[in-house]
Amino acid sequence: MARTSIRLNRWFLPLLALASFGISSIAVTIPAATTSAPFNFVGASALGAVIYAILSFLITLIAQGPRVAKDRMMTTLVLVAFAIAVVPLISLISTVVTLGLARFDGDFFSSSMRNVVGQGGGALHAIIGTIEITSLAAIISIPIGLLTAIYLVEYGRGRLARAVTALVDVMTGIPSIVAGLFAFAVFALFFGPGIRMGFAGAVALSVLMIPVVVRSSEEMLRIVPSELREASYALGVPKWLTVLKVVLPTAVAGLVTGIMISIARVIGETAPLLIVAGFTQSMNYNPFNERMMTLPVFVYFSYSSQGTDTQAYIDRAWAGALTLIVIVMVLNLGARLISRIARPHTSR
Amino acid sequence: MANTRSQVPKKRGDVVFSGLVTASGIAILVTLSAVATFLVVESLPALNPSAEIGNAPEGFWAYVAPLVFGTLLAAVLALIFATPLAIGIGLFISHYAPRRIASSLGYVIDLLAAIPSVVYGLWGIQVLAPAVQPIYQWLNENLGWIPLFVGPVSGTGRTILTVSFVLAIMILPIMSALAREIFLQTPKLNEEAALALGATRWEMIKLSVLPFARSGLLSSAMLGLGRAVGETMAVAMVLSPAAVITFALITPTNPSTIASTIALDFPEAAGLNVNALIAAGLVLFVITMAVNIAARGIITRHARKVAF
Repeated sequence: MARTSIRLNRWFLPLLALASFGISSIAVTIPAATTSAPFNFVGASALGAVIYAILSFLITLIAQGPRVAKDRMMTTLVLVAFAIAVVPLISLISTVVTLGLARFDGDFFSSSMRNVVGQGGGALHAIIGTIEITSLAAIISIPIGLLTAIYLVEYGRGRLARAVTALVDVMTGIPSIVAGLFAFAVFALFFGPGIRMGFAGAVALSVLMIPVVVRSSEEMLRIVPSELREASYALGVPKWLTVLKVVLPTAVAGLVTGIMISIARVIGETAPLLIVAGFTQSMNYNPFNERMMTLPVFVYFSYSSQGTDTQAYIDRAWAGALTLIVIVMVLNLGARLISRIARPHTSR
Repeated sequence: MANTRSQVPKKRGDVVFSGLVTASGIAILVTLSAVATFLVVESLPALNPSAEIGNAPEGFWAYVAPLVFGTLLAAVLALIFATPLAIGIGLFISHYAPRRIASSLGYVIDLLAAIPSVVYGLWGIQVLAPAVQPIYQWLNENLGWIPLFVGPVSGTGRTILTVSFVLAIMILPIMSALAREIFLQTPKLNEEAALALGATRWEMIKLSVLPFARSGLLSSAMLGLGRAVGETMAVAMVLSPAAVITFALITPTNPSTIASTIALDFPEAAGLNVNALIAAGLVLFVITMAVNIAARGIITRHARKVAF
């Protein structure tokens, strides 16, 4: 049973990896050179990973035995899984940036699509619509979500609290398109079939946003130490003032983070707005009347109904996608920044 | 005197505030029951067996059956691709990556979740579909005898297999985030005991981490399935749909999904077709709710097992 185990030099595996990727890029380049195709980066990486996995497994098997070899194999597989997830992210971001920059200009942010066929035009009407509808959704969702979280953490006992918790879970799972259908069904009942308005879109987004706000706020309120509450009660402060003046200020950074992330979540929603807010080419500042364009719907609509000058429509779609990603990333990074700045305060 | 006077507003404040927060808790109850009621009311006309809907004159259930099939097919395929990757990513961040960069790497994966689905759709149709089309060609030529890969091969790559790739990428962040959390909860003593007995890292994971995480992974898969079932825009943009039930994954005629059909048909629908689409939405709602409740059930059972 005694197996002579040779310890591999610690540079051995990195060098082996380098060598396998070198071999694979040569192998991919040779047939491509004759057809003058561009260098297939994904293909080379995949081939390199396979070569590395096999070689490292075999060499470790000979040098160190099957157990270590299996361990090394699994390490490679876990690394590859991570790499596979990163590839689409890089591809997506780089495509959106390179193709989106073509129309990411002043015109795009200062004009609507009214009377535009072919080149030119912009997404101002969609940006206004997105801002108005998302703000309305936030105005509806943030109070309800925050108060519900306070209810669940500070007041909720017994059957009602359990029911609310369970229903928030169910609400988290509502597909966005179903939220759109719900808003349509409600508004169609009052305004007749064929109703389209920005406010209905805001209602649909609220259905999606409330559970996210509740979940994140609940989590933040729960980590406020109960010593703070007890100290406040001991000083004779009533419960509602304790919540308003002690609990909420302590958790404020976390609450703001959660709210920003929930806004980022709904600002990219397309399906419910496609159904109840509709689409239009003109400016519409009034969310309570007529169809209203939004940025995600603009992206979809630019792609799905291309006019005669196809490229102009596709360029606008990518520019819209770039704008959306920038907004979402700013919201996410801002949320992360706030939670990082405020961390020492809450951990005290 | 002063004492009682100062007590009155305090009490009133408490009553008003607790009433306010309770009311908003009840508002959630009301909203959800309103969602259910309005959907049921608006879909009743379409459930009439003599109703003629769109191009399926045999009634609503004949209309919705291929859609349910397509929804489940795309979602299950996405789950098959995403589950091993999510486990790998979770393990990488919890047990393989250096401590210092692990949380940043987790954040990179979380970014995938922040990207709007319409952008995924645009990317899927313009970048992914053309890129995988030659692979489909190859699959059909070499493995065409498997029923999954029968021809004719789609010339655009806009097939249900491409859709499930996009869906897999979209559900990966939530699944891997959950997997990571579950792996990090493994009792440290179990891991150290395994390592002390001379186990390699993989043997340690196999002996202590994976058995502990099994039910958590199952519920994360269910949650991922719930997401994939309800995803709309990416499917609506990438898929070239038809009303068929088939397991052929790379042909130009693919079963469509409920959500994407609603998104594509609703803007132009009128009359009974609107009711039919809302009824299809109700079916989707029921499916996602069943999947999510099953996932929660597994989580609570698991939590109880850990507690005792």
